[in-house]
Amino acid sequence: MAKLLMKGNDAIVRGALLAGCRLYFGYPITPASEIAEGAAAYFPKVGGTFLQAESEVAAINMLYGAASGGVRAMTASSSPGISLKMEGVSYAAGAELPCVIVNIMRGGPGLGNIAPEQADYNQVVKGGGHGNYKLPVLAPNSVQEMCNLTMKAFDIADKYRTPVFILADGYIGQMMEPVEFPEPVMHIDRKDWALYADAESKHNLISSIFLDPEELEEHNRKLQKKYALIEQNEIRFETFMCDDAEHLLIGYGIVSRILKTAVEKLRSEGVKIGMIRPVSLFPFPKAIIAELAGKVKNILVVELSNGQMVDDVRLATEFKTPIHFFNRMGGVVPATEEIIEQVKLQLLR
Amino acid sequence: MATKILKKPETFYERYERNPSADKKMPHYCPGCGHGNVHKMMAEALEDFEVDDRTILISPVGCSVFAYYYFDTGNIQAAHGRAPAVATGIKRAHPESIVISYQGDGDLAAIGTAEILHAANRGENITVFFVNNAIYGMTGGQMAPTTIVGQKTTTTPYGRQPSNEGYPVKVAELISQLDAPVYVERVSLMDNKHRAKARQAIRKAIKNQVDNLGFSLVEILSPCPSGWKLDPVDSLKWIEEYMIPNFPLGVYRDKTKEVQPYSFTRFEPDEEEIKKQLGITRETEKTFPKQEVPQRYQNPEIKVAGFGGQGILLLGAAIAQAGMLENYHVSWLPSYGPEMRGGTANCHVQVRETEVGAPMVSNPTVLIAMNRPSLEKFENDVQQGGIIMYDNSLIDVDPGRKDVEILPVPATKMADELGNTRIANMIALGALMGYTGLMSRETLYESLHAAIKRKRFLEINRKAIDKGYEFGQSKRV
Repeated sequence: MAKLLMKGNDAIVRGALLAGCRLYFGYPITPASEIAEGAAAYFPKVGGTFLQAESEVAAINMLYGAASGGVRAMTASSSPGISLKMEGVSYAAGAELPCVIVNIMRGGPGLGNIAPEQADYNQVVKGGGHGNYKLPVLAPNSVQEMCNLTMKAFDIADKYRTPVFILADGYIGQMMEPVEFPEPVMHIDRKDWALYADAESKHNLISSIFLDPEELEEHNRKLQKKYALIEQNEIRFETFMCDDAEHLLIGYGIVSRILKTAVEKLRSEGVKIGMIRPVSLFPFPKAIIAELAGKVKNILVVELSNGQMVDDVRLATEFKTPIHFFNRMGGVVPATEEIIEQVKLQLLR
Repeated sequence: MATKILKKPETFYERYERNPSADKKMPHYCPGCGHGNVHKMMAEALEDFEVDDRTILISPVGCSVFAYYYFDTGNIQAAHGRAPAVATGIKRAHPESIVISYQGDGDLAAIGTAEILHAANRGENITVFFVNNAIYGMTGGQMAPTTIVGQKTTTTPYGRQPSNEGYPVKVAELISQLDAPVYVERVSLMDNKHRAKARQAIRKAIKNQVDNLGFSLVEILSPCPSGWKLDPVDSLKWIEEYMIPNFPLGVYRDKTKEVQPYSFTRFEPDEEEIKKQLGITRETEKTFPKQEVPQRYQNPEIKVAGFGGQGILLLGAAIAQAGMLENYHVSWLPSYGPEMRGGTANCHVQVRETEVGAPMVSNPTVLIAMNRPSLEKFENDVQQGGIIMYDNSLIDVDPGRKDVEILPVPATKMADELGNTRIANMIALGALMGYTGLMSRETLYESLHAAIKRKRFLEINRKAIDKGYEFGQSKRV
């Protein structure tokens, strides 16, 4: 199929519909409103439903209800809205409901601003709500990935019976790039645990309550096993010019795009530098980072946050390689030149 | 004489296996509690209407958190107060289901006020049973939103005082003020006569959904002997004496005779139809050959800037579109948020032989400035050897840079001559491409199809591209 020039937020809506998602529940918030607007325009066109909820809390609970029905459904919001949703996310994780939640991150804390930040890493990647849970988190860095990873998110959600997060930022959401659209998913398997409002499924119970401590412990152990399996199977990353690299850059989302350009420019100056970008944030690509860390002299982690992913890099490398950090916050996105300057300052001294 | 055999409705499980207690026959509710009555009335109605197979019961947080122990239907346990939102989700997923949101007073009238109000206001085709016992039973007798004035609870040890806690929330009255609900009634369980009325109301509220009539809510004044610290008999008297004066019984709303039933038509388009509806099929699969481009113009990093309303973003998008048609890697990034306000607009466009890294352009090789503030703001950012193209029919200063190529284009004047000021952006597009030779006119024409939504404007935009292209060509160095 020919490529189409499209915004990242629009590609999410198309990707969801191509994946067979037919229900969208959301509350408007900048900079994620385009996803709701796109969903309002396109979901009804293919027999789906878009519903603007009265609150973020209602939206996530509508999603909980729809997911209980075994259908593919989603919601999207931005950082403060995600904070509100966390109650429902915890319940969905506990009740093991597959669904997709998109977070187009913005500046915080509090009302912050609407510029791009990556300050929700801890909130989203480490669980966020109450209880012992984690969710798969995919971080696209291009418009094509906004489509493809959204589709992939639905597959992962169904495969493991879990909510899945798409963690992106305003830049990827607002920018246009050519997209090649995959074929639509036409069949979604019936789920033996879900409620289809028929005799066959009526004995199913969707619940996260386990009164007996031992039962709840058992449930938690089952969840942890699931996360271990996800860590085994669902690690995604991209490496760039790492083969002979002596220095390594690490960043995800929009940052990885800037790092790539920085690597190209530094390489043209003869600096042996490479980049790795985690595509899945949980599961975090620990093994490859540890492997590359063993080969390079030092590492620079770049984030649009106070340093959240960098902790996972430190754990992955077990502090064996010097790890440097550079960040911007509040919605400031560094220019390539700024990264190059930091590389020279921190890695090449 | 006909005999009525009294037996447990089939909508109840024979044995309550989900109940972890050793007794699988008895419900977990306290003696004299009203939940058992309400459950039984619901179960009988669901059995009579033969809908138990397609019923989904939402259990809330409160004493009825375990309603799913008993009902042989589909069951969902919801977060505190969220049952109407969960009900909305499952009902929208399966419109043929019978969805019952079963809620207590804390759940519905305190923490879940927003969810119930809006589910009612949307007219969700669901049934809500609201069990009002004026107290938080499960957590041990704290004040409920419906606790009556003067009533002692563990959190109102001196009695509810309006000066501190306000007044009891009247749910049936509130919900009946909305336009969408079809049926709202308040009933009580104080004696057999009232229980018979309650049974009728519960049946009707379920039947309304079976008939697809819309949103029904029945508020049931129900005894809580444990919470009230009364014996079951005194509890029934307490309903009569204290609750009913605060919560008058009766039908608050009934438009079941007036409304048209909901109807659902399933629409499941095939693959081709989906792609068409999503707008992801392109009219043409055509691509266009790349041009011979002088090396200094290759891989341009472009910033387009001007007033809002000058078609700045569209100009950038047309460049990106054309680049894509010539198989370049492209990206387009608008300035957004606060930057967008105050009437200036700008966007960043990359057209590259190799994959685009950073989509932002902080130091452009090409600046297209369509107004003076843009020229002044970005002039010094342009890379050495780059191009500054500006609309000299609007900008009355000249760029001072000597280390870049300067291309003044009277785009707005030329557009006016063609009869439409708004096509100055396409004149600028043509001029840049004519000057640099970056893309062919045919590619630009094709890019218009995606960029211009109204087909009647295609022709004039084509003309603008031609004019601009010829102008640009004539200025080649």
